[in-house]
Amino acid sequence: MTTDRTGKPRRQVHLPDRTAAPRRQVHLAAHFPGVNNTTVWTDPDSGSQIDFSSFRHLARTAERGKFDFLFLAEGLRLRERKGLIHDLDVVGRPDSLTVLNAVAAVTERLGLAATVNATFNEPYELARRFSSLDHLSGGRAAWNVVTTSDAFTGENFRRGGYLDRADRYRRAEEFVEVARALWDAWPPDRAPRTVRHSGAQFDLAARPALPHSPQRHPVLIQAGDSDEGREFAARGADVVFSRHGSLEAGRAFHTDVKRRLARYGRRPEDLLILPAATFVLGDTDAEAQEHAALIRRQQVSPATALAFLENVWGRDLSGYDPDGPLPDVDPVPDSELVQGWAHAGDRFGIAARWRAHAEEKHLSIRELAIEQTARQSFVGTPESVAAAIDAHVQAEAADGFILVPHLTPGGLDAFVDRVVPLLQERGVFRADYAGTTLRDHLGLARPGSVREEGAAS
Amino acid sequence: MPRELHLSVELGGSPSAGLRGNDPAESLTAPYWAALTGLAEQGALDFVTLGDSFAPSPDDHVGRLDPVAVLARVAPTSRSIGLVPTVTTTHTEPFHTSTALATLDFVSEGRAGWLVDVAGTAAEARAAGRRRAAPAADLWAEAADAAEVAARLWDSWEDDAEIRDAATGRFVDRARLHYVDFEGPHFSVRGPSIVPRPPQGRPPVVVALAAHDPYGRRELAARHADVVLLEAADIGAARLARETLLDRVAEAGRDPQDIRVLLRVSVDLCAGALAAAEPAVGPRFTGAATALAPLLAEWHTATGVDGFHLVPSTVGTELPLLVHGLVPRLREAGLFRAGYTGRTLRDHLGLTRPANRYVEAVR
Repeated sequence: MTTDRTGKPRRQVHLPDRTAAPRRQVHLAAHFPGVNNTTVWTDPDSGSQIDFSSFRHLARTAERGKFDFLFLAEGLRLRERKGLIHDLDVVGRPDSLTVLNAVAAVTERLGLAATVNATFNEPYELARRFSSLDHLSGGRAAWNVVTTSDAFTGENFRRGGYLDRADRYRRAEEFVEVARALWDAWPPDRAPRTVRHSGAQFDLAARPALPHSPQRHPVLIQAGDSDEGREFAARGADVVFSRHGSLEAGRAFHTDVKRRLARYGRRPEDLLILPAATFVLGDTDAEAQEHAALIRRQQVSPATALAFLENVWGRDLSGYDPDGPLPDVDPVPDSELVQGWAHAGDRFGIAARWRAHAEEKHLSIRELAIEQTARQSFVGTPESVAAAIDAHVQAEAADGFILVPHLTPGGLDAFVDRVVPLLQERGVFRADYAGTTLRDHLGLARPGSVREEGAAS
Repeated sequence: MPRELHLSVELGGSPSAGLRGNDPAESLTAPYWAALTGLAEQGALDFVTLGDSFAPSPDDHVGRLDPVAVLARVAPTSRSIGLVPTVTTTHTEPFHTSTALATLDFVSEGRAGWLVDVAGTAAEARAAGRRRAAPAADLWAEAADAAEVAARLWDSWEDDAEIRDAATGRFVDRARLHYVDFEGPHFSVRGPSIVPRPPQGRPPVVVALAAHDPYGRRELAARHADVVLLEAADIGAARLARETLLDRVAEAGRDPQDIRVLLRVSVDLCAGALAAAEPAVGPRFTGAATALAPLLAEWHTATGVDGFHLVPSTVGTELPLLVHGLVPRLREAGLFRAGYTGRTLRDHLGLTRPANRYVEAVR
């Protein structure tokens, strides 16, 4: 009989049926709480978003829970609205690669994923930085490759400027191609080769700074959801960080992306799909729902509700009452009122839908914002949350989740203490790490083929 | 009572001998660097430096890790030693450089510094692929711009910018966040930083300087350096170079007392065991570690420098000799601290935490 850490006998639930097909295994990652309103800072338990002790706490908690990796997002310019720095959300975070090298010192197995922009970096330098993290962590590095098109962020960089949407992916693809050529070019016990590349984005000739790292290539994560993004992922990513948390949307996304793999000679298990997910736990489902409602109100203050609508309306709404009805004015197309947020898309369509919805359900601005920004994927008792996560994975709606706690740094504690043991009992989550590298945890092969010199040109 | 001196040591250089003199590939693993910095910390040295190049030399058969990565990796395994990576400014983004160093300061709780250098070779320019190699004078002028941008970005958050004011729903007071609006010939940076002001306010800026260096490099040292690692041919030249530097510092409107000048000394404590990796610059010592102590004491007095930057020819074998041989002798002479009394690198160097330029400008 298994016992928990206090020595009490554990309930045996859902023991794997040895006669059936093996159950799909759940993968879990921990997202350090971000600089947006998902992260609650008014709670008395909210700690520092920048001190190393917060990173150490969250990383060690994730490792105690045998998570696959810790995930850090990135933003290269403070967001603005109405020409002023946005002041309502948590803001300020470290350089992700640097802080992850430090986290490597206080963990042993946990994967370490950094989001780093391919628009505002260059391949030789960044390839060396990721290779360094992989060497120094014993094979635990991952790169979430993102691109930015806006000139607003470019104002902090030499490159400045603007990339159109299609060029963003071209740059990212060429960047990854050069980086991989550099990672390949110094096999063990051999002399390094010079990588020569001449393309639309990059023109360089370089001897790599480092021989093969433990994983050879850091795990590559891709987060885009567009058609180009999905194709980019199918061609060469190891993990997709998706936003399709619901069972139906997740299944559709999963089917679509995995179907694209065959075109590139890849198998379904070569690419993992991990949607972002939040969670709220309670001793009963009712208690969890009540707690979730409280968190949503903490996440959407009256000021945040107006700011949320301004993102879509593209105009100053400060004259409107957050507890009153939605604005009766129309959105401003192509507004630059807010900078540094994802683009709102079809402003008129969204505004019309929200107005109709709010009218029908008698919602105020704040109530609508609370409803629309609800990203609480799993709300319930530890048992029901474990069951729901398992169900998503068995139904092939996801290969696991990147969990986004709403509190820094203790937001993952209860999940690791209460939900992880239940997933382990179900036989769908590792009781301990079987390997040492992040590729081991994710079941991904180490890249094997040796590229020829100049293959990238 | 004699004036105490400051000591730092370069950890890079030839990797031909590992810490225990065996497998050179050890230098690609974290334990190698944790052991080296741990040893330097046992000796209560002010800081370690770790050199860099954007292009490996053709006879490098081991590989070279990113110095910021290495020193971030050892920050949590050490408590007091200053951590000063070389970061070159020629092919990097000044914004990334400033945020990486601010982060090193956070993960080390106030022990980061920055050894500013340029990447001037054609091989480095080809590897980066962004521009041709440029004359040294231009590169050092650009390095000074990068140092200026970093200083502004580190100050761009006031220390009390984070207010967490639930009543108004504001996490930060945007009046205490500042655009840096730097415009130069090679780059412009708007700001503010994405990282709050680091624990030391501004991590100390370190510049290696020789008398014959280009004007731009001397200006960088005079305007931006908190610590200068002086290269001089002999003791007389060192004394003169220090005086010239401090005059220039004063002309630039800074207090010469705010600068620490360390004389670079190449050391070879096991002469003959291994050939020196590179020709030595300036004073060079060959012999036993215990015999180095009286010499440093003499040079300290004769040149007026604040201390020494030791560059061992094989760090793995020589660092233990410096820590267990040289340091105790200096302590006996009352010339070196018995242990750390402060917490941050600025504390060790006797440098105060700098005021924020934007606070002075505004209030």
